Parts: sequence; C-alpha cells; structure tokens
Amino acid sequence: MKLLLEHAHVEGIRYYDAYRKHGGYRSVEKALKMSPDEITEEVKKSGLRGRGGAGFPTGMKWSFLAKPEGVPRHLVCNADESEPGTFKDRYLMEFIPHLLVEGLIVSSYALGSNLTFIYIRGEYAWIVDILEQAIAEAKSNGWLGKNIAGSGFDCEIYVQRGAGAYICGEETALLESLEGKRGNPRIKPPFPAVKGLWGRPTVVNNVETLAAVVPIINMGGEEYAKIGVGRSTGTKLMSACGNINKPGVYEIDMTISVEEFIFSDQYCGGIPKGKRLKACIPGGSSVPILPANLLLKTAKGETRYMNYESLSDGGFQTGSMLGSGGFIVFDEDQCVVRHTMSLAHFYMHESCGQCSPCREGTGWMYRILKNIEYGKGKMSDIELLWDIQGKIEGNTICPLGDAAAWPVAAAIRHFRDEFEWHVLNPEESQTRNYGLAHYADPVYVPAVS
Amino acid sequence: MAEGTPNFKVTIDNITIEVPAGTSILEAARKIGGDVTPPAMCYYSKLEGSGGKCRTCLVEVSKGSEKDPRPMPKLVASCRTGVMDGMEVKNITSPRVIEARKGVVEMLLINHPLDCPICDQAGECDLQDLSYEHGTEGTRFEFDKRVFEKEDIGDYIQLHMTRCILCYRCVYTADQLTGERQHGVLERGERSEISTYLGKSLHNDFIGNVIDVCPVGALTDKTFRFKQRVWFTKPVDAHRDCENPKCCGKVRLWMRGDEVFRVTARKDQWGEVEGWICNECRFHKKETKDWIIEGPSNVSRYSVISQGHYVNTVPQPKIIDKVIGKEPKLLLNIHDVSEVNRPEIELSEIPGPAHSDDFEKKDDKKLNN
Ligand SMILES: Cc1cc2nc3c(=O)[nH]c(=O)nc-3n(C[C@H](O)[C@H](O)[C@H](O)COP(=O)(O)O)c2cc1C
Ligand code: SF4
Ligand code: SF4
Ligand code: FES
Repeated sequence: MKLLLEHAHVEGIRYYDAYRKHGGYRSVEKALKMSPDEITEEVKKSGLRGRGGAGFPTGMKWSFLAKPEGVPRHLVCNADESEPGTFKDRYLMEFIPHLLVEGLIVSSYALGSNLTFIYIRGEYAWIVDILEQAIAEAKSNGWLGKNIAGSGFDCEIYVQRGAGAYICGEETALLESLEGKRGNPRIKPPFPAVKGLWGRPTVVNNVETLAAVVPIINMGGEEYAKIGVGRSTGTKLMSACGNINKPGVYEIDMTISVEEFIFSDQYCGGIPKGKRLKACIPGGSSVPILPANLLLKTAKGETRYMNYESLSDGGFQTGSMLGSGGFIVFDEDQCVVRHTMSLAHFYMHESCGQCSPCREGTGWMYRILKNIEYGKGKMSDIELLWDIQGKIEGNTICPLGDAAAWPVAAAIRHFRDEFEWHVLNPEESQTRNYGLAHYADPVYVPAVS
Repeated sequence: MAEGTPNFKVTIDNITIEVPAGTSILEAARKIGGDVTPPAMCYYSKLEGSGGKCRTCLVEVSKGSEKDPRPMPKLVASCRTGVMDGMEVKNITSPRVIEARKGVVEMLLINHPLDCPICDQAGECDLQDLSYEHGTEGTRFEFDKRVFEKEDIGDYIQLHMTRCILCYRCVYTADQLTGERQHGVLERGERSEISTYLGKSLHNDFIGNVIDVCPVGALTDKTFRFKQRVWFTKPVDAHRDCENPKCCGKVRLWMRGDEVFRVTARKDQWGEVEGWICNECRFHKKETKDWIIEGPSNVSRYSVISQGHYVNTVPQPKIIDKVIGKEPKLLLNIHDVSEVNRPEIELSEIPGPAHSDDFEKKDDKKLNN
C-alpha cells in the first residue's frame, strides 16, 4: 500500500508538470473549499500520529494551537532529520518535493499560517535547491503567494538551512535556531502551540507527517484511518539499513510483521551472506535495541508487527519503539558494546550542554564504554553505566537526555553478558566478536510463496 | 503581586502556604525557608529567563492540583514550574529527589577541579556548599578532567572556564544589564564554553556584576584575586551616593583592619545580589573614606564562610520536626572535621586586622587575653 511514494519513481515527478499530471495539488483545491476547522477535523479522524519520533496525534496537536486575535501563527516543518539510522524525509523531499509543498499549503491553510518555514538539516544542501525549485514552481502556478486560487488565503514558504546540529531537530531548539539564536531547547511550558516562533503560536511537524495530510484530504480522514491497525493508521516510511540485502526507504502499511519486513524480498530482503540476525534498533538510534528473540516475537510469544503498539509491547523491559522509523539491523558479527559506544559518542557530541546531567553524563558514559570496548573495563563499570543512565533519564530539559540514556540502558539490559565478556576477556575481545549467543533468531526459513 | 491575582495553596514537604498564582515552586519554598527550599545553582530571580539548567532544584510533584490531582511523572525543575492550586510537592521528603539531586551534584563535580584550597572562591562558593550538603564523599569519575586556559576578559575580570558550571547567569547578566551582547556560550555539550565575542574584553559600567552572580570561581575580581581568603576579611555594609543612576550604591566591603580589599554587591540569604552595582563602585572605591559605613554585615547564609567566625550570623531556621519522612543530611559543620578554622575565634571581634596567624595554635595567648 503506497500513499506517499506511489509516484516517487515516475519520470520527472520532481517537477511540477509531471506531479500535477499525477493528481498533484488536488488536495489544495479540495481543502480551500473547506473551512480550516474541517481540515483539522479530517486530520483528527485520520488518526495520523507524528512521524518525527514521538508519535503524538497530529489532529490533537493542531487543535491545541492558540488563536489569539491579531497575532500571526506559524507552521514550521521539521526537516532536520539527523537521527542516526533515519533518512526517510530526505528520500521524500529529494524525489517528490511537491508532495511536501502540497501538504504544507493545506496544513498552513488549516492552521492559519501565512508564513511557513521548512527548517532543513544543513547537510541536505542539495535538497534545499530541490525544495526551492518546487516552491517557485508552486508559486508560479498560483498555489502559493497572495489569494491562492481565489480563496483569499495568502501563504509563503521559506526554506532555512540548519548548521549541523542534531539538537536543532528538537522542536524548541529548532525555533531558537530559526530565530537566529543558539539552538538550545527551551524550557517547557510554554509549549510552541502557545508561544513558539517569535513568541507566536506555532505548530512544528515532521516532513512525513505534513506530506501525509495530502492523502488524508484526498481520501478523507475516515478512509485513511482504515489503513493500518489500531492506533497505527495510514502508512509509514521506514528507512532500513545495516546488515540487510536491500537497504533503502520503504513505505509500509503497519500491519506487516517485523519478520516479513526483514526477510521478505519486497522489503529488506534478508541478511547478506546467510548470516543470522542478532539484534535490531527498530526506530532510530534513540530507541532501545532489541535482541532477535524479542524483536520477532514479544515476550508473550506473539508475533511482533511493524507498528507503534506492537513495537512498544512490553515497555522498555522487553519492547522498543517505532520512533522515527530508522530501522537498523545487526547480524551475528556485530559487537553490541562497540555500537553502544559509537551511539554514546554521538549523543555526547550532540548534547547542547545546557543541563548538567546530559552535558556531563553523556561524556562520562562514552568514556566508560570506550574503556570496556578497548579491554580496559571493570565489572563495576557496567553497574556504573547503569547508574549514570538512570541519573540522566527523565531529569533533563529535553528528550535528548533520555535518547542518550535509553540505548545504553537497553544494551545492558539485553546484552549484559556481552559487556561482561569484554571485561573478563580484555585481550580476546580485541581480536574477535562475541557472536550470537542466546539472542539468536529461530533459524529463519523463508516461506515458499 | 498584582491586584486580583488569586492565591494558590501549595504544600511542600507537608508544609502548606498560600502564594499568588504565577509563583514558582522554588519561590514558594523560599517563602517557607529552611531545608524545604531546593538548592538553586542556575536560577536567579533577578535575571529573566534564568533557571531550568542545572537541575539541582528538581522536586517531585505528587499531586498536580486540586482540579487535576494526578502526580507529574517526571521530577520537575522547581525554579521553572509554576504552582497550581492544591499542588503537593515533595523535596526532602522524596527519596527520588534526594537520589536524583545526588546524581546532579556528582555530574556537576566530575569535571570540576576539586582544588578548593587554591581557588579564590573557596568559602563563598555555591558549589562547595552544595556538595557538602547534597553530595557524596568520593568520586566515581576516573578520567581526565576538562581543562581550559585562564582568560582575561577586560581589566578587572578573569575567566577560568575550568571551574564553570554553565549556569548561564553571567550570560543573562551581560545581556540584561549591559545592553550589549558580547558575552555568550560557544561550542556545545561538554565542550561548551563561556566566551566573549571574538575574545574581546568586556567594557561597560555593569559588567562587574557577572562576578557576583557566578556561583563558582569561574569569574573572579582581578583587583582582589588571591589577595586574601574571604574568611579572613570582615564584611561590612556601606553605601555611597553613586552618580550612576542604575547603580544602587549599596555594597558590602570586605575589609581587613581599615583596608578595603574588595567591594561586592550585598547578597541575600539565597546568595542573590540585593541590587546591582557599577564598576566604579566595585573596582575603584577601595578606601573607607569613599563610603558611609553602616556596620558589620549579617552573613545570613548557612554556608562554609558563615561557620562561626562572624557575629550576627543568622542561623538556619529549624523546621525539620514539622517534616514527616526522611531527615535531610544536615550541612557539615566544618569544625567537626577541621582544626584550622577555629570556632572559638569570632573574626569580627578581633580588633585589628585578622591574619592567618590568628588561627594558629601558637597564638592562643594573644587571643585569650
Ligand atoms: C534531540 C531531538 C532531535 C529531534 N530531531 C527531529 C528531527 O530531526 N525531525 C523531526 O521531525 N523531529 C525531530 N524531533 C522531534 C521533534 O521535537 C518534534 O517532536 C517533531 O518535530 C514533531 O513533529 P511530529 O508531531 O510531526 O512528529 C527531535 C526530538 C529530539 C528530542
Ligand atoms: S537534555 Fe541535553 S540536549 Fe537537551 S537541553 Fe539538556 S543538555 Fe541540551
Ligand atoms: S562563568 Fe560562572 S556565571 Fe558564567 S556560566 Fe560559568 S558558572 Fe555560570
Ligand atoms: S535552579 Fe532550577 S534548574 Fe538550576
């Protein structure tokens, strides 16, 4: 089932003519005949949840937007996409930029934003050109600017490049950066819906979230909600990488199983060289890593599916999260200690440094992990790591602190014996990997179809 | 307190008070005073936007409000969380808070040089006080600490980033008091550092106040550095008619005999300045004839510096017996563990200048007669 990427590979779809020919901008025509509140109502009915990581219901977020008389409001599209393992927004913007522009126009109309921004990761420099080209085309065809399609609604979209900071993906740090300041997350409350960009009510949404508004308006919220399962409605873009045969971006209907996603040829195509599955981070680097046995089946022995509820089944004890959809697969040759160290390095490097537990704790965890990885660890270091992550989690201004703590916690929770093996075998651990141990998947035999 | 602001009832560690809507939990706790007041290393009531960063003031909200009694799932920064009517807060009665605060203190200390004996701030350092009160004994950090070169930012102020805890108070002070934005934070994460724009020195009438707001020894007064340990000087309140309209002119002189070693703003019991003073008063008025002396200061803070050497020390109100639950760890009495600062010596009663000799045993005779 494809809603977002259906036409992504049509010749010339990056440009207006081909995009329009394949049904582009129909949702704008339809939306401008509706009232802004009716659009919000459709989004609510669709059950769409934020695709940026937290999974917050989008319609509800929109309805929280304060609307004081005479104060401008803004929509800001979060295209900062810097989470290791996540590259779905890039794909969407690069191949089918008009879908985002279209979604932004409809959403801006619904929220009353006459000035809308795309805040894009600085490293996506070439995509800025693609987006600006699409915006210019939309404008010259009357979908942006003054009095769009005779509706009386004015809207401009601007693209702003970030300067290479993961933290600027956190919505309030993003707003600070957009205002031209240092990208430090703000202390909440007040929330952006009340005081956002330049103190004005603001909605910040992910690229994919805003693109999904297009099919929702085209097909109606109720129809959209029929796709998927439970509170995981619609389709989801997954960026799959690691030890798989077919890394890339896949649009999934959230009813498929994790097993099908990894092993079927339609998606990741299994693990190269016949190796076995060891572990997986299913939703971007911030979510807990799961060993194969807990990934394919929940602790209750039920099949695990690729959706919000099923991936988080069991909480952090035995589950993980769908997060931002960055699906990282590890085969039997991967070292969990090494990967945890490299993630810890990332969070140390990306902490903004405002709050003491995150500023100091991330660097401390990295140094301990480095010792363990390089054969200089002590048994007590594992306990210490556990303690430090617990002191960071929940005690910081923004969720980056949690995002730094969770991967360490999950690695120790599920792979403690691998950490202990590193400590007990400092020399051997420099020459070989621990291997699969008891986390192994039940040897996978592809179903003959 | 605006007319018509409703009053909210809030209970902190089982003590209930009423405060106007819009008050933060920390400010409400300060009204109660004593041990139920969370420590604050970054919040500064006189600086807009301050707080929320150090996380030492974390508290548990066990009941959100009368209307919505659900507890808050995470600990919250009391300095930046407003009270609600009927809210119930646990500070020292929450083992979770005590544990988290211990963690925060440990984090603040891992990269802090633990060389108080050679630091100019010793004796009046908020971090020193904090670690006595809420910290643990040893360190579990076994790596090299972060170090920076000392930097002169102007003629009067030295920045030693190695000691900085990134509370951002100086940044807000420079921003809000001096009108020119020349002082801020470079880099990020543990590599963050306070710096001036393009390494420029800071010149303006009020920049000296960054020294007073700095909770640690990162920003120090070059006209005073290492001239004297603070506990050998006598704090005396004084004022003058300052020409600068923004300067309050009310200061504290740190004297030895008739000599004025240092001029600072007066600080209240929370360690916050009562009013800002200009550079002229701070750096250039170092003679008693410049000032109208009011008398010895009340050193009201229950801190290392106030341990026994000063008359007029305002004791910490004891309200522990009202608090049910966990007893807080009381501030360590330095005389229990150290012979150096001798309790029988009342510094402000020594007639002439106080010298380190006065604290040495061999001089007992001199003191006793
Ligand atoms: C450290 C950090 C980085 C983030 N990076 C991104 C990002 O790159 N893109 C994104 O859409 N959301 C990111 N988020 C989540 C945003 O704060 C915000 O929740 C999201 O943009 C809301 O959009 P949604 O409701 O459409 O998901 C990040 C959050 C944190 C804490
Ligand atoms: S948690 Fe980390 S990234 Fe977030 S505000 Fe605190 S220091 Fe900055
Ligand atoms: S120099 Fe002092 S006041 Fe400035 S941020 Fe560092 S600790 Fe705070
Ligand atoms: S005083 Fe509240 S977080 Fe620093």
